[in-house]
Amino acid sequence: MAERNFSIARLPGFTPTAIMVFVALYLPIVMLVAFSFNSGKSVADFEGFTLQWFVKAWQNDHVKDATLRSLLIAVVAGIIATAVATAAALGTTRRKQFKGQTFIYVVINQPLMVPEIVTAVALLIFFAQIKVLTGYQGLGYLITAHAAFCIPFAYLPIRARLEGMDLTLEAAAADLYASPWQTFRFVTLPLLLPGMIAGFMLAFVTSLDDVVITLFVKSAGQDTLPTYMLGQIRRQITTEVYAISTVLLGLTVVLLTAFFVLTRKKD
Amino acid sequence: MQSEAETRQTARSARAGWLLSTPALVLLAVGAIGPLLIVVVYSFLLPGKYGNVEWGFSLDAWRGILFTKDIFDDTLVLADAHLSIFWRSVKLSLLTTLFTFAVGFPTAWFIATRPQKQRALWLFLITIPFWTNLLIRTFAINEIIRNEGLLNTILLSLGLIEKPLEIIYTDTAVFIGMTYVYLPLMVLPLFAAIDRFDMRLLEAGYDLYATRWQVLRRIILPIVKPGIIAGSILVFVPALGAYVTPRILGGGKQMMIGNFIELQFGQGRNWPLGASLSVTLLVIVTAALLVYVRFANRDRGAHHG
Repeated sequence: MAERNFSIARLPGFTPTAIMVFVALYLPIVMLVAFSFNSGKSVADFEGFTLQWFVKAWQNDHVKDATLRSLLIAVVAGIIATAVATAAALGTTRRKQFKGQTFIYVVINQPLMVPEIVTAVALLIFFAQIKVLTGYQGLGYLITAHAAFCIPFAYLPIRARLEGMDLTLEAAAADLYASPWQTFRFVTLPLLLPGMIAGFMLAFVTSLDDVVITLFVKSAGQDTLPTYMLGQIRRQITTEVYAISTVLLGLTVVLLTAFFVLTRKKD
Repeated sequence: MQSEAETRQTARSARAGWLLSTPALVLLAVGAIGPLLIVVVYSFLLPGKYGNVEWGFSLDAWRGILFTKDIFDDTLVLADAHLSIFWRSVKLSLLTTLFTFAVGFPTAWFIATRPQKQRALWLFLITIPFWTNLLIRTFAINEIIRNEGLLNTILLSLGLIEKPLEIIYTDTAVFIGMTYVYLPLMVLPLFAAIDRFDMRLLEAGYDLYATRWQVLRRIILPIVKPGIIAGSILVFVPALGAYVTPRILGGGKQMMIGNFIELQFGQGRNWPLGASLSVTLLVIVTAALLVYVRFANRDRGAHHG
């Protein structure tokens, strides 16, 4: 049956187009990774294998600072986003549709709908006022902004996990005189954990990738890895930037693979 | 009729729902939505000399979107530079949407017609670029199309061209770049729609002597239309507000709205104009989303009716 569907579903030119799309998607990325191992000084010819660009990037204090700052922001914002998204997911699933629920959905998904540049401008203006009022210049602004736009990414897998959860287990716990807190702590939370980890990972990657909002919100000397890389571009992109890209790319692939393993439905 | 106890329980459940959602709502109000309202206020103020604003009501920022004051006699004239930026943004975003659909549809179809076991893998291959840093993907495509890049190297060595093609820092470069970075956003919703498509309908079509073209136009495309609309919105919206890709591949000259907005907060020192441009962009995007909701609801209604 599958075989027959296959031939019927064939449309002329579709398969070659699809193959070309996959090649076009990956060729540039593969090239970039390859050139990050290039021993030649220019990024024009491949002259031999080396790890010197990775070493050089790591010895650069700006890169090290930006990396640590990026990770710090991504971890803290990711944890905050996951925590509030978990509460919101518990509040908006598995109960009777209530008044205002659609409103809550819209607000939670708002960062997905507004162009980043608009949010960035809005935060620049808002935080500029607060900076004047309080004198505080720290990382709190970046963390707040990142946590906010990471919420929908954390919310989606957690909500999906909750909706697929068996309610009878919680009912059984309640029947055995577990308090609501005990039920939550010992039944719901362990079942929810894979969804929360998945949500955290998506939030983490989203935070790590952000360029535009960070660019507008950061104070002087608060470069993250992406804004540092963007700042390095004049006429030609350096091999050092390629090396950083390769590391970031590797991290993304690892996290995504873990995400898919965690959320895979057991057949 | 609900009993009083049931009503009370419903009310309690709703209250718990709101209470649990409150932290997320507060964080979004502070870190995303609230500031948008301040942007609206700023668009009616006067620019400060060294950035920021001076408090005083003015419509200049809104006039400034389309008009500029003549240097000699202070009359308002159409700002050609602004118009060309808007035109470029809309043109490139539409072209990107069309082209990602043209190649994204066969790709989504290809994935959806793989045997069940392979499908997850092909889908994963689309998801990786989707989650890869936009900046890195823009660097990667830059590597291909720049003057000494792979494309020119190959074409030169094949003898197809004599001088390197100068694509970089043109509209074409921005178009190629946006197509490259936004393609997964088109493929994923198209795949979701095609995946639900009942292949037996094709059999029925061919049994009734439909040609392949007729089957595609009269059966497949109408049924997967919600996916097409979703994909188009997902590509068009970020393309219209794009900042990183036009900045790197356009080289600062081929500005789009996003870069133009940024300029007002940097060298331009005209925060109110930046604010009015941002509000305009937001309104266009919201309109596009409303059109989408309209279409999606109508299609759903048609299925029930």
